[in-house]
Amino acid sequence: MNTALTTIPLSTLGIGSVCQIVSLNLQGLLRRRILDLGMVPGTPVQCIRKSPAGDPVAYMVRDTLIALRSEDASQIHVNPM
Amino acid sequence: MSAAIKPMITLEEICTEAEKIRLSNPNLGDTIVSDIYQNAEMIAGPAVSKNSTDSRSWDYKLDDVLTSRLFGYPIMFALLSVIFWITIAGANVPSQMIADTLFAFQDQLLIWFELAGAPTWLTGIVVLGMFRGLAWVIAVMLPPMAIFFPLFTLLEDLGYLPRVAFNLDNMFKKCRACGKQILTMCMGFGCNAAGVVSCRIIDSPRERLIAVLTNNFVPCNGRFPTLIAIATIFMGGMVVSELQTAVASLVVTSLVVLGIFVTFAVSWALSHTLLKGEASSMVLELPPYRKPQLGAIFYRSLIDRTIFVLKRAIIMAAPAGAITWMLANIYIGEISIIGYLAAWLQPFAYAIGLDGFILLAFILGLPANEIVMPILLMCYLSAGQMMEFGTLEELRDILINNNWTWLTAVCTMLFCLLHWPCTTALLSAYKETGSKKWTFLTFLIPTVIAFIVCFIVAQSARLLNLV
Repeated sequence: MNTALTTIPLSTLGIGSVCQIVSLNLQGLLRRRILDLGMVPGTPVQCIRKSPAGDPVAYMVRDTLIALRSEDASQIHVNPM
Repeated sequence: MSAAIKPMITLEEICTEAEKIRLSNPNLGDTIVSDIYQNAEMIAGPAVSKNSTDSRSWDYKLDDVLTSRLFGYPIMFALLSVIFWITIAGANVPSQMIADTLFAFQDQLLIWFELAGAPTWLTGIVVLGMFRGLAWVIAVMLPPMAIFFPLFTLLEDLGYLPRVAFNLDNMFKKCRACGKQILTMCMGFGCNAAGVVSCRIIDSPRERLIAVLTNNFVPCNGRFPTLIAIATIFMGGMVVSELQTAVASLVVTSLVVLGIFVTFAVSWALSHTLLKGEASSMVLELPPYRKPQLGAIFYRSLIDRTIFVLKRAIIMAAPAGAITWMLANIYIGEISIIGYLAAWLQPFAYAIGLDGFILLAFILGLPANEIVMPILLMCYLSAGQMMEFGTLEELRDILINNNWTWLTAVCTMLFCLLHWPCTTALLSAYKETGSKKWTFLTFLIPTVIAFIVCFIVAQSARLLNLV
């Protein structure tokens, strides 16, 4: 299975779609925060809703609703399911 | 591996070494976290059973409305107005009752002082200065706080505030600031000093500084009574009495929105000049809505907040009342010291739509914003004591007799909203930033903006012959 072909940035995920985290292209504090929230590779993520201005977007991770800005979400690579 | 491992001496060296090992393998941290989560899943999987999705679907429905493109912003505005409306409408009667009781007690005090044969100056400082100042602050501040804080804590407890941050984050991002700044601003509604301290929740030091420097643009509880009183008298006074409360709350809400707008503008300006930088990341958790726990709300809002703020106000108001009484009662020639100071400030104050006494009251009110109105009234009444105004109509008469126009009211409200933070907030800013320069800017930026805005408003109104 070639994951590289099918991964997309989390930011492009449509509302309601589910995906699985493949890799995090983040550094420093943010990487740590994201990992601490349980967004480790293999974790399923569902895109829930956009804020009124379209950004940030709220994702459901391990029964927790987490809002990310599109810049940050675009650095998280996921596999749509 | 070779056996020649360098002996470690200090803890610092051990940390450096550990950091080196950690960085040499970038996946180490990831592996550890993944492992922890795997273990947690293994334990939780068989042990934890999930409820049906009922409660979640409620959350979804609420979020659909509260963060929707169409209703998200109007609901925020409406909630704010309703809170102010309830506060203004509900605070009137208890304020009046407290004022009556305390001022009745003041008459009793005067009698006692007379019986004890106290000299006039002592009676003046203690009863007419300190006690009257205290009575004023308690009567004016306690009822609105006792209504406003629980309402606000209710919103907090429901889980609505993170949604506000979610709704507004995009605007903060455009200003290259952090969406969590709105949470520190919400804190600032209670007390700017508390708001400044709460800026710790912002991770990026640059964005944290922006939040500290702009926190003062949300009016704190010490300024609300002033805004509410003036709005009720002058703006509410323009319409029929049934609508007064509604108009007053709308005016106060608009002022708050203006303050938020100024916050955005200053944040943007800072991000492009003194605190240059790009917006950093933001991770915001949106917790599920909760059924509010009324007991906890009352305890937190009344004991932790109301009593705390009131205590501070009382500590500040007592000496301020005494000092103001002395300034107003020590005469040099024909004029009291306060008269001299006000006359000296007059040309400057007139240019920004105020008068010398108003500006002086704001300056003397530096220790605590809540004593600005009492000081001002004390200045106006040459009797040299803080006036007990039984009703808002009496306050209105006092102000109009001192040549207040609608422009004076507008400029005073604007100045109150935008001017320098109180000493407690400045002290907190110093503690949080650890820098004299940033503390000074926390003072300077609002001051300059207040003068500029009031100057423009006053001069344009006069040029256009609106007054």
